[in-house]
Amino acid sequence: MLELKRVCFGVRNEKGSKEILKDVDLTLEDRQFIVITGPNGGGKSTLAKLIMGIERPVSGQILFNGEDITDWDITRRAQAGISFAFQQPVRFKGITVKDLIRLASGDKALSTNGACRYLSAVGLCAADYVNREVDASLSGGELKRIEIATIIARQTTKLAVFDEPEAGIDLWSFHKLTHVFEKMHEEQRTILIISHQERILNIADEIVLIADGRIQKRGTRDAILPELLEVSGSCNFFKEDEA
Amino acid sequence: MDEIQKHLLMEIADLHGIPEGAYNIRSNSKSIGRASSANIEIVSKTDKDGIDIYIKPATKNEAVHIPVIMDKAGIKEMVYNDFHVGAGADVVIVAGCGIHCGSDTGEQHDGIHTFFVEKGARVKYIEKHYGEGDGSGERIMNPTTVVHLAEGAYMEMETTQIKGIDSTKRITQADLADDATFVVHEKIMTHGRQQAETGFEVELNGAGSSANVISRSVARNSSHQLFLAKIRGNNRCHGHSECDAIIMDDAKISAIPEITANHLEANLIHEAAIGKIAGDQLVKLMTLGLTEKEAETQIVNGFLK
Repeated sequence: MLELKRVCFGVRNEKGSKEILKDVDLTLEDRQFIVITGPNGGGKSTLAKLIMGIERPVSGQILFNGEDITDWDITRRAQAGISFAFQQPVRFKGITVKDLIRLASGDKALSTNGACRYLSAVGLCAADYVNREVDASLSGGELKRIEIATIIARQTTKLAVFDEPEAGIDLWSFHKLTHVFEKMHEEQRTILIISHQERILNIADEIVLIADGRIQKRGTRDAILPELLEVSGSCNFFKEDEA
Repeated sequence: MDEIQKHLLMEIADLHGIPEGAYNIRSNSKSIGRASSANIEIVSKTDKDGIDIYIKPATKNEAVHIPVIMDKAGIKEMVYNDFHVGAGADVVIVAGCGIHCGSDTGEQHDGIHTFFVEKGARVKYIEKHYGEGDGSGERIMNPTTVVHLAEGAYMEMETTQIKGIDSTKRITQADLADDATFVVHEKIMTHGRQQAETGFEVELNGAGSSANVISRSVARNSSHQLFLAKIRGNNRCHGHSECDAIIMDDAKISAIPEITANHLEANLIHEAAIGKIAGDQLVKLMTLGLTEKEAETQIVNGFLK
């Protein structure tokens, strides 16, 4: 179980300080599948980074399976079973797709066939990719799929966090992608996905709506979806039909 | 050969004993083993220290190994090796130098390798430099490579210095005739207080000639690296040089490119990037359960692979 208790996060720059997340309380039961959605700039990605330990809260507490992990570093959280798929995957010169999958799987002797299993789950043919470097020669979509394959390869995952996994993924692969999440769910893992995609919202147990750094609402798809359209479509300065 | 020498041989040439085909093993300034093959002949020079390697035209799928190992304190040597690669040949040449220094007296190997690659011949040249030993004496290597590529000739040079060399000054000069191609992949890692200077000078003289010089390096601790690349386009040609470096700790790296176009259709590019390991690369590997130190090792090893 993951629990966030009154978590606050902010940044400070020359213009002053800005609050990004305000008193966020969120509980994720084991094997639950939730999607966090909401307008851009609402604090969703920050929340995901706080769970992985990439950012640290200004105040509040994060508990994982009853243990206070607020001060744990990224490595310790990863070893405890938290996985994280980046919104913008990182490129590496010289590290091959197979190297990365091998590191993720923790299996030092991972074979090409072994890597193939994880890559085919995201619609990539291993033969074309295992020896390619995870560098600028890969397209954004390819990189994104490899990123998701690294999460599938982590057999020790208890909680998987995906930050906008659909970005850059084509329609055909999208079907595979939703299948990946459903399969992880069947395997009794806890899943938290940040997404704007209705098809991903459709397969979640619950949807959490975040806007202005606060959880606005939590509930089933039918309860949240109408409200979501209202929040993300509003603009206080420009009204198209007024003129 | 004793254990130290066997280990050096393995480090620089992946050899577990005597290689197949033509070879010359030089140990502490003396040849301790040599064999020629039907197509490749190795003969000692008579006017200076070194060997001539003659590869017959159209020799295919053969390799020549000429490793140098040193483990005797105080040795300083200057060696001239000339490679004559006949037209249409396609061969692999494995050179390299390993120094074991067990005392406070240094050891130094300076080598000048000159390649005469005839029309249409292809050469893959692999060179590895390695130093070890507990001695405080300096391990110094100054390799010079001179390459003459005739019409349509192709040479690919893979040069690596990962460990243990305290001071190195590497010079590579090449001139290319029509449609010749020269490709270099250089990998260097320096640590401690090591100094490495590497300089390339390429003359693209022939129409349709091309050169691609790629250097990847990592400088750690308080080591210093200097990368110089000069490419001159004297005809319709393509030239590209790239220096990609990771800097760590208190190290210093300079990259000085120089590209000169002496012809309207000379197409020359230089790229250089020096920077520390990107934070998001460390974070990604840490999210896979690696510690920061393990992540750093993976990134550096991959970069220099």
